[in-house]
Amino acid sequence: MKYNMTLTPEEEDILNGSQGETMAKVIKTLVLYGDAFGAEKFVDVTAPGHLVTSFGISVLKPVFSIMDELINSGLKAKMPFTLDPRPIDYENVKCNFAQKLVFNKIIYGMQESYEEQLKKLGLKSSKSFTCTCYLDEVGNTPKKGDVLSWAESSAVVYANSVLGARCNRNSGIIELFGQILGKVPLFDLLTDEGRKAKWIIEVKTTKIPEAQILGSAIGLKVMEDVPYIKGLDKFIGTELNDKVKSYLKDMGAATASNGAVGLYHVENLTPEAVESGAALIRDDARVYVIDDAELERVKSSYPVIWKDANAQPERCFIGCPHLSYNQLIEWSQRFEAELKKQNKSRVGLNTIISSAPEVIEHLKKDDKAVYDKLTGFGVKLTSICPLMYMNNPLCGSKPVITNSNKLRTYTSARYFTDDEITVIAVKGGF
Amino acid sequence: MAKEFKGRPVVAGNITAKAVVSRQGVNTLATFQKSALKKKKQVICSDQNNKDIYNKNLTGKALCLPKTIGSTTGGMVLHTVCALGIAPAAMLFSESIDSLGAAGVILADVWTDGTIVAVDRLGDEFLNYVQDNMTITVKEDGTVTVE
Repeated sequence: MKYNMTLTPEEEDILNGSQGETMAKVIKTLVLYGDAFGAEKFVDVTAPGHLVTSFGISVLKPVFSIMDELINSGLKAKMPFTLDPRPIDYENVKCNFAQKLVFNKIIYGMQESYEEQLKKLGLKSSKSFTCTCYLDEVGNTPKKGDVLSWAESSAVVYANSVLGARCNRNSGIIELFGQILGKVPLFDLLTDEGRKAKWIIEVKTTKIPEAQILGSAIGLKVMEDVPYIKGLDKFIGTELNDKVKSYLKDMGAATASNGAVGLYHVENLTPEAVESGAALIRDDARVYVIDDAELERVKSSYPVIWKDANAQPERCFIGCPHLSYNQLIEWSQRFEAELKKQNKSRVGLNTIISSAPEVIEHLKKDDKAVYDKLTGFGVKLTSICPLMYMNNPLCGSKPVITNSNKLRTYTSARYFTDDEITVIAVKGGF
Repeated sequence: MAKEFKGRPVVAGNITAKAVVSRQGVNTLATFQKSALKKKKQVICSDQNNKDIYNKNLTGKALCLPKTIGSTTGGMVLHTVCALGIAPAAMLFSESIDSLGAAGVILADVWTDGTIVAVDRLGDEFLNYVQDNMTITVKEDGTVTVE
């Protein structure tokens, strides 16, 4: 095979089959992938991985065949990995008989066998299913400068931007190959040049922008480019505390799903922006001004694709990406205040909050009163991926509302801001 | 009148197909997942945000686009639709290929019996010129003829 990357003698041997035919295909894939981006060489992966493929979805049989081939060849990740949320939780996200039938027999019929494959390939633990692996409770938290082989767009953009780790926006399977080889091709977001901003975002709103709409506006404008965001520190400060990190988590997820952003810098806040400031901005950077009118324009552009646009919502999903610990506390306070305002004791709409298994455990252990309060309001806590739930046509065809711009992008769920959705969920409809 | 463009072959091949054109980034997961999940024999684009190709048949077509965008399951989804035999015949990128698009066409090439021919760096002029249903001929050296 012809390739342009410079390989070490050991890497060349692997490509020529010294570690077996399957490992040769693994490195061949990564060499072709690196060549496509002008990578000069491989660099070592320095921290555990995170996989995007958490669901035993029958249609992905070709992916499971690759997994089998890897396992049968005795290959596994060099470090234990975490991965995205499981797709179903019948206890907290109720399904009727027909919906369960579709989930169990048609869509996620391979979940059990796939999880067995994952264990053999290096899954960290049965609790490691979350899109927010970087939270303290989960513990897959890379350090600044770590080189990663991750997928899951919201996790990659968080690791790059908020933690200062280095990871490209890898696709599913590619990230696993990097973890098996222990190396990734050096290009783009792994390089200093690739981390420079091609866009300056000037936030000129009159109040703190809704994180999910700001991220959506940025993603739709800059696509895969790196934005340098000015003016946001005026609203969220210059300290990366838990509240700010949660805001950036949600904003980043929207930049990554509405566009293809893998890294953003926030002036005076994110690690590299604090360290290097405007030196991170390329000379030819373009400018995008975001004011109140622009946010309203973006929000009003979201189409309503429910079968009946005038229907009342039947379910509400909050927590895509998974909520952090402080967000669980905040949502209990939001609901408490709104219930009081509407003179009610329980939410009127089937409301589901998603968070990592270990974050929910943390809440149950250290803030049992909050956990009891939330569940007492009728809110269900789960660790599923709402997107995976909505993949079931019998579920996805129902009128669902969400505060997640990612869920809105990939499903028929209607987007509402945090304030709007609180009112609707408590009231039980519009 | 035929017009020729020269790009870089990422996955080389010779094909002729009808064009389907997206002037904006193609969100792979949103575009392909519904057809793949329902085991359709053809991919009908299900991305509500992409007015250019929404509800259009992409199977066997030359999908002309600036780049792919969206969730990192994207490459895996492309690999899957190729393994299922319902992928576009070619993906022709006006810009440099993105990491998810590259992963998809390379995984398909190395790990399935099928191929999605991929050429990138065709330029803005290519994307401005090409229209739906034009006939596209791709040569393995990255030459793309539009007529």
